[in-house]
Amino acid sequence: MESTILILLLPFFSFILLGVFGKWFSHKAAGLVGTAVLLAVAALSYATAYTYFFDTARTAEGVLPTLVPYNFEWLPFFVEGLSFDMGIMLDPISVMMLIVISTVSLMVHIYSFGYMHGERGFQRYYAFLSLFTMSMLGLVVATNIFQMYMFWELVGVSSYLLIGFYYTSPAAIAASKKAFIVTRFADMFFLIGILIYGYYCRSFGFEFNQAGFAQGAMMLPTALFLMFIGGAGKSAMFPLHIWLPDAMEGPTPVSALIHAATMVVAGVFQIARLFPLWIEYAPGALHVVAWVGAFTAFYAAAVACCQSDIKRVLAFSTISQIAFMMVSLGVCTEYTTGHEHVGSLGYMASMFHLFTHAMFKALLFLGAGCIIHAVHSNEMSAMGGLRKYMPITHITFLIACLAISGIPPFSGFFSKDEILTAAFAYMPAMGWIMTAIAAMTAFYMFRLYFGIFWGTENKELHAHHTPHEAPLTMTFPLMFLAVVTCVAGFIPFGHFVSADGVAYDIHLDWGVAGTSIVIAVASIFLATYMYIGERQPKADAMAEKFSKLHQWAYKRFYLDEVYQYITHRIIFAHVSKPIAWFDRHVVDGFFNFLAWGTNALSFQIRGFQSGSVQKYAYVFLLGTLALLAIMALA
Amino acid sequence: MDYSQFLYMHEELSLLAVILILFIADLFMCPDKKSGKGVYNTCLPVVLLTVHTALNLLPCCSAESCEAFGGMYLYTPMMTVMKSVLNVGTLIVCLMAHKWLSREENLVKQGEFYMLVLFTLLGMYFMISSGHFLMFFIGLELASVPMTALVAFDKRRMESAEAGAKFILLALFSSALLLYGISLIYGATGTLYFDEIGALLDGSLLSIFGLVLFITGMGFKISLVPFHLWTADTYEGAPTVVTGFLSVISKGSAAFVLLTVLMKAFAQSDLFYSWNTGMYWIIVASITVANLFAIRQNNLKRFMAFSAISQAGYLVLAIMDGTAQGMTSLVFYLLVYMVSNLGAFAVMTSVEENSGKINISDYDGLYQSNPKLAFLMTLCLFSLAGIPPFAGFFSKFFVFMAAFNAGYPLLVFIALANTVISLYYYLLIVKAMYIKPNESPIATFKSDGYTRLALALSLLGVIVFGLGGVFYTYIEQFSYGL
Repeated sequence: MESTILILLLPFFSFILLGVFGKWFSHKAAGLVGTAVLLAVAALSYATAYTYFFDTARTAEGVLPTLVPYNFEWLPFFVEGLSFDMGIMLDPISVMMLIVISTVSLMVHIYSFGYMHGERGFQRYYAFLSLFTMSMLGLVVATNIFQMYMFWELVGVSSYLLIGFYYTSPAAIAASKKAFIVTRFADMFFLIGILIYGYYCRSFGFEFNQAGFAQGAMMLPTALFLMFIGGAGKSAMFPLHIWLPDAMEGPTPVSALIHAATMVVAGVFQIARLFPLWIEYAPGALHVVAWVGAFTAFYAAAVACCQSDIKRVLAFSTISQIAFMMVSLGVCTEYTTGHEHVGSLGYMASMFHLFTHAMFKALLFLGAGCIIHAVHSNEMSAMGGLRKYMPITHITFLIACLAISGIPPFSGFFSKDEILTAAFAYMPAMGWIMTAIAAMTAFYMFRLYFGIFWGTENKELHAHHTPHEAPLTMTFPLMFLAVVTCVAGFIPFGHFVSADGVAYDIHLDWGVAGTSIVIAVASIFLATYMYIGERQPKADAMAEKFSKLHQWAYKRFYLDEVYQYITHRIIFAHVSKPIAWFDRHVVDGFFNFLAWGTNALSFQIRGFQSGSVQKYAYVFLLGTLALLAIMALA
Repeated sequence: MDYSQFLYMHEELSLLAVILILFIADLFMCPDKKSGKGVYNTCLPVVLLTVHTALNLLPCCSAESCEAFGGMYLYTPMMTVMKSVLNVGTLIVCLMAHKWLSREENLVKQGEFYMLVLFTLLGMYFMISSGHFLMFFIGLELASVPMTALVAFDKRRMESAEAGAKFILLALFSSALLLYGISLIYGATGTLYFDEIGALLDGSLLSIFGLVLFITGMGFKISLVPFHLWTADTYEGAPTVVTGFLSVISKGSAAFVLLTVLMKAFAQSDLFYSWNTGMYWIIVASITVANLFAIRQNNLKRFMAFSAISQAGYLVLAIMDGTAQGMTSLVFYLLVYMVSNLGAFAVMTSVEENSGKINISDYDGLYQSNPKLAFLMTLCLFSLAGIPPFAGFFSKFFVFMAAFNAGYPLLVFIALANTVISLYYYLLIVKAMYIKPNESPIATFKSDGYTRLALALSLLGVIVFGLGGVFYTYIEQFSYGL
């Protein structure tokens, strides 16, 4: 367990190495260094996970212990019990996240070798990837909320850097700024939540059994909800989701790593991390989270049905799937597992879905990367009929689509089924809503699938550039993740992760599972019927008939425009402008006055420093007398 | 007499051994007449000093608190920490002196330099460990007389001689006042032991007068306003290496002693209130006035003099209220200030030795010709200005926290406002190095190995001490308060 520190240090050093000395590396060397480091990190993570899950003795109650191999006080706070610590904490969810992050990151490192081949700034790209990996790992193993927040911000920074990687493209710059500002805005609430939490509960740590919590119970729901706003920003919950679709301007492997598998689930992870507090002190707020999640899931699924840019479809699908995880956490009603498991099933389901989703969504994005690599466009109109040219991408993409649609035996089926069971247990209405959204998921994913691999071939485009399968560095990660997607569903996840740490078996609720399979298959057939052909008369007719609705969904219900209106017309014009005036004239004026005064005064008193020793002694003596006067009269 | 008492003084004894070895070595190692090259090299003193520092830090040597020679000599583990800080500083100074000492006119005096530096250090050791005012005074003088010789080391250069003269005259003046103060305290209590004074002294005008004179004496050493006027002239005239030594080591030890003596001998409640008030105004004056002067300097050494006065104000900010937290933050501040300031001085020495230039305007465009040096200088200046994540931010943070907890929010606010001004003038140098265009910047040169080592040590400190809490907590376990 002592080697866990290396999991953080290795990517950090590779970041420093590639970031500072990158220009002395050839592309190949830089990529090899980054990938080798990630290989080591992944090996260490797997070793840690193995030791933790299989070689660590459970407590008498059958709970996996929480290990803290490292913890040191970084900044003392001079208030009883409060300090900023840095350390490493291992518990079921952090170890699970270690596996997810290191696996996906390793795959992305390998994949980028081919995808980013010959790009300018290749070394910089790998340096940023290392920085991101380090930050994300630091976030999940944080021993306290403050460390989590610091790495949370670092993750945000590396996301900003990577979205804006193509810094000559104005769209990428705008997207990176948007992502940074929106998440930063949300993080402000996170920080306020942390401060309230620290102030009232006298702790930043994750041990929730101290005396302080009783006295802080009053403020805990507020603090937790503010933290959730931070989480909603990172995890792109409505209405803070607007940055994620634009973030697709970054390189596609980055989208796979950051904006599909790891960073965007930080908000889910945050709630899971503070889960005992939510359940104990703020169950009402937790259900609000569930409804926010449900609405986001529906909204994103609706928008995904009408997008034509394949990465945008995947981005909205990501938002929708993360919302599933949020819902799953939000519908929990109790902490202990008990024998029925139902009240806390959502916790396990959410983490399970996080795990499976990370794998198949990374697979989808990497597959999309191969397609974009082949046709040099993100638009579905440039694709169609690609299954002949790209067999590996086609098969792996299909597997991922089946997984996300919830078709057994692929991994998504198992985790989604648990989420639906938990939702039904909380409230049947919630269960049906989520089932309906699952059906929409299957529909839009197969619309995407048929649009890319079937349908009309864009002969005009393919005439002077025949699409071809990607090189092995890019197809290997696809195949690896496809295998994981096929088998991950059979992991007895409840043995490793559950709300209170007690192992239990997952039971498939065949009532729920059967319904969802039937609905998913029906949606897939609908999609097949509408989109498989050379032309799509039915789909076009639908779009024609509901042209208003289609247009609205295509424009993402004009939410970006609403934001534009609010920020520019209302906030900038009526709030920022007066403040700017005040700042420019009053605040700056004061400081300019201060600067002018300082300058004038320093000119006036320069005579003191005359260079004559007698005068120095004289001033010395006068100073002594003045000091005597001050001190005697005090 | 129990000779085992000498064992308590193992730090002083081991330093004395270093001095003696160097003294004897100096006799046999004269410069070679034919080649003109010095056989005496920097290696020996550096190695000896490193061994000495390492020995003192060995856990077996750090004993419990004790006193020897009837209470004349005191020892607490905190003193080992303090002396080690000074050791490291002296080590860096010796490293960066190499190039300057290998000048032809200095070759023959190389041994003298180490003698003088180490005797100064020894004097500070005694000053720190003293339990009696006479012992303290002897230590103080042992530190300041060789210091004068150091300031006037380039005696054929007018400025250096002038600086030495000014320094010795004002040092005598302040020593006289200090002695007068000590005699007043003796008159009031009939003893010179710190502990006994602490028990006997009352808040009478006589004792306050003694206290004021003690503070002025120390204020001179730390160069606090209004006892600071010698600083700029001396710093400018003295050889740059000596200026570095003066600005850090001498200042730091005096600040530490000021704190411990105030805590031990002047803890009586009236006096406590009185020196808190006095220090309050001294700090405000030091920070502000020095900043006002620093803005107008062009000579980099003069500039660093005012920067040092201002930094001294922040340093003694930790003295307010005499808490354990204050002591910890003082030592930590000193440690950080030492590496940052010596780093800047190492760059200045290196530039001066290679190009003979010392004005801020000469540094225009340094980044183009010597990017690494410019970068190092920038880091050191950032640390001095207190920009996170460099060490200087944390040291300032701890000092402010100590003063704030002692109940002086207004003082902290004034100090904070002054950090803004200080940021302005530190950035002036950064601006000169990076932004100002210059047709003929200082030519590209390679520093020698010793200077590089000094620069590396400073850089390491500036970055590593940015891990704030670890070192702070380590120092904290030895601190004590009123």
